[in-house]
Amino acid sequence: MKALSQKRRHPIAGLALLLLGLLITGGLYSVASTMNQAQAATTGSTYSAEDITEGEKLFNANCATCHGYEAVGTEDGPTLVGVGAASVDFQVGTGRMPMQMQGPQAQAKPKQFNDEQTAQLAAYVSSLGAGPSIPDEQYLDTDHEDVDLGNGGTLFRVNCAMCHNAAAAGGALTRGKFAPGLDGVSEKHIYEAMVTGPQNMPVFSDSNIKPEDKRDIIAFLKEIETQGSPGGAKLGSLGPVSEGLFIWTAGLALIVGFMVWLTTRSS
Amino acid sequence: MGAWLIPMSTSSTTEYQASTPTGKIANFVDTRVGASPMVREFGRKIFPDHWSFMFGEVALYTFVILLLSGTFLAFFFDPSMAHVTYLGSYKPLYGVPMSTAYASTLDISFDIRGGLFMRQVHHWSALLFVAAMSVHMLRVFFTGAFRRPRELNWVVGCVLLIMGLAAGFTGYSLPDDLLSGNGLRIIDGVIKALPIVGSYISFFLFGGEFPGDAIVGRLYILHVFLVPGVILLLIVAHLFMVVVHKHTQYPGPGRTENNVVGYPVGPVYAAKAGGFFFIVFGIIALISGLFTVNPVWNYGPYDPSPVSAGTQPDWYIGWVDGALRLMPGVLGDFSFKWDIPLPWGTNTLAMGVLLPMIPAAILIGTMIAWPWLERWVTKDNREHHILDRPRNAPTRTGIGVAGVIWYCTMWAAASSDLIATHFGVSLNDVTYWLRGIFILGPFIGFIITKRICLSLQRKDREIVLHGREAGVIEMTPDGEFRERHERLDDYRLYQLVSFEANRPVPAQPGPDGKISGGEKRRAKLNRWFYEDRVEPVSRAELAEAKTHDHHDVPDALAATGSRGTLEH
Repeated sequence: MKALSQKRRHPIAGLALLLLGLLITGGLYSVASTMNQAQAATTGSTYSAEDITEGEKLFNANCATCHGYEAVGTEDGPTLVGVGAASVDFQVGTGRMPMQMQGPQAQAKPKQFNDEQTAQLAAYVSSLGAGPSIPDEQYLDTDHEDVDLGNGGTLFRVNCAMCHNAAAAGGALTRGKFAPGLDGVSEKHIYEAMVTGPQNMPVFSDSNIKPEDKRDIIAFLKEIETQGSPGGAKLGSLGPVSEGLFIWTAGLALIVGFMVWLTTRSS
Repeated sequence: MGAWLIPMSTSSTTEYQASTPTGKIANFVDTRVGASPMVREFGRKIFPDHWSFMFGEVALYTFVILLLSGTFLAFFFDPSMAHVTYLGSYKPLYGVPMSTAYASTLDISFDIRGGLFMRQVHHWSALLFVAAMSVHMLRVFFTGAFRRPRELNWVVGCVLLIMGLAAGFTGYSLPDDLLSGNGLRIIDGVIKALPIVGSYISFFLFGGEFPGDAIVGRLYILHVFLVPGVILLLIVAHLFMVVVHKHTQYPGPGRTENNVVGYPVGPVYAAKAGGFFFIVFGIIALISGLFTVNPVWNYGPYDPSPVSAGTQPDWYIGWVDGALRLMPGVLGDFSFKWDIPLPWGTNTLAMGVLLPMIPAAILIGTMIAWPWLERWVTKDNREHHILDRPRNAPTRTGIGVAGVIWYCTMWAAASSDLIATHFGVSLNDVTYWLRGIFILGPFIGFIITKRICLSLQRKDREIVLHGREAGVIEMTPDGEFRERHERLDDYRLYQLVSFEANRPVPAQPGPDGKISGGEKRRAKLNRWFYEDRVEPVSRAELAEAKTHDHHDVPDALAATGSRGTLEH
């Protein structure tokens, strides 16, 4: 102990301390980042070699125009190396890809590929580089005993409602972009959107929102989707605008109708 | 049933004895409170009959419905911001921490019998209350019913509207949900933008840093006590003045500035108005039963961090929110955030928040001052009990429409995000277009409206002079085709000719014989007000036109091309 207190003012002491600090933070960071990577990489290898070759054929025929051969990207589309199977499954599975046209953002439309073809495309793209994989069934099970609807709702309001609206009815973003309403979106696609961040959506990685919390959010969304509206027709869940519009049109029309009727009655 | 006589010590007259039990009770009460002279007076009060006169009634009835449903809600609502964990029956919020106010609103909605229905009755009638007041005021404005002697009643009406907004906003904020909390945060931001005093007022209002734990209780007492009390007092003053002034009427045969043509309150109007109350109540109950309003369970408890997309205030506050949304933060390199260096450091003036309050001040200020503004410009200080048809006051109607367009542009701007998503256009473009309409719309609206009014007046003239087109094509013996015109009946004719042609009043010299600068400006405005006008058909013109009907047909045909006289 005496030696340490004597040496602490040594010129090299500061340097040694700095080195030590850098080593610790660097080490912790690499552990933390490989944790995500390791998770992402594990399920990437469930596809067979045949899936990958079939996927490559489909990719070259349908996607390479914009994303380039080997998915290296062109001026018209980004590289897909490292986007992962989840991204392909979401974009192709909701019909957003292949894109109908260049625009503010890709629109959902009837999907162009069947489930097998989508899986083959996902297999090919995930073989190009590690990325988020298709979510595990247990995180899509909204009836799971650990599901906490209240937690899901709170997380949804904090992380999602500013774009998707508190009732998940969707909302506007700048310059023609928008966050779609989430009514009728499948559990898998909601999960994949969270981990891959399609269009303008940010990525909510597993260290940001844990898979169990993602399941809570999905369960909350499915609950409000299926519970119906306790107070009657919900007028699009758009809040005061549709309520105001309703009272100024239907409400006042009814009132004026009765006024005219009353004043045309002879006394 | 022997009638008995009670000798009275001071009078020798025989007291009236009722013969039926009801009559006996009525007589008992009347001899104690002396209501019969009042009933005699008010019961014979005449009110003219027109559907557009009933919006004020709708506002009154919705206010009564608000009092009734509000009392029910107050039995169960707890205006406290104490923290609780929700353990009620709405599953998606089970176990979520929230304020007592929000939890009790959820309880009213889900755990109290009839609670949700009553909440919806209360909210829908609040929306209808302000809408009915607004339409009522538009009717009063466009028909000129605010003119002498009703200027003060117009002001009472304006204050009632402002109180209606206050009642609505304080109520909207009570459930302490995310939506209304965001609205309060905007109010807090506007207050804080006030130079020097802003942050002090905000701290005073919220009892510390926003949101604090006092605001719901304070809004509650305003909402259930002060604001409705003021509204009730003002309604009494408003109705009292209606009785004193008598009701206005539309022009028609037999209607003059000195009479009111219509039905008496008792029994006709009492029955009609009483029935109408139940009709309004029925409509609101129907809407409340079928359509949800302010589903607070969707929004979740208030928490300062999340802001939901599609956050809007109720419709009547929308225009102020829209003004904020229209305001640019920067124009090119010019920023509306002014950093003012002062000896003790830099203070910031948030002009982007302060400037949007100016349109609101202009609209409300002009609305209140309008009777005096118009009286000053027109020099018309006579009493008016006959209403104007809007077309016969083209400049006023134009100004009114300009104001409506200005208001509606701000109103639309409050839903710019929903316009963008629902019409598939860019949010930025919606804002740019609305900014353009905000500046140009009122002027374009004024010009078009005034032109339409003048054209309608010319059409009226045409119809009076030459009759209405009957849609019957006739062939003359010499082979010419023409359409038959039919004369109007006298009642219809009266409506079209009985209005005043207001000619410009030139600048008048003051007591010192000189024309002051102010008077010159007034005369200029007066010219602008009255210069473009269409004169009503005079008796002589009509008689002249009628002579053409029976003989000298070709002349009458030539005259159909006349456009009326547009004098300058």
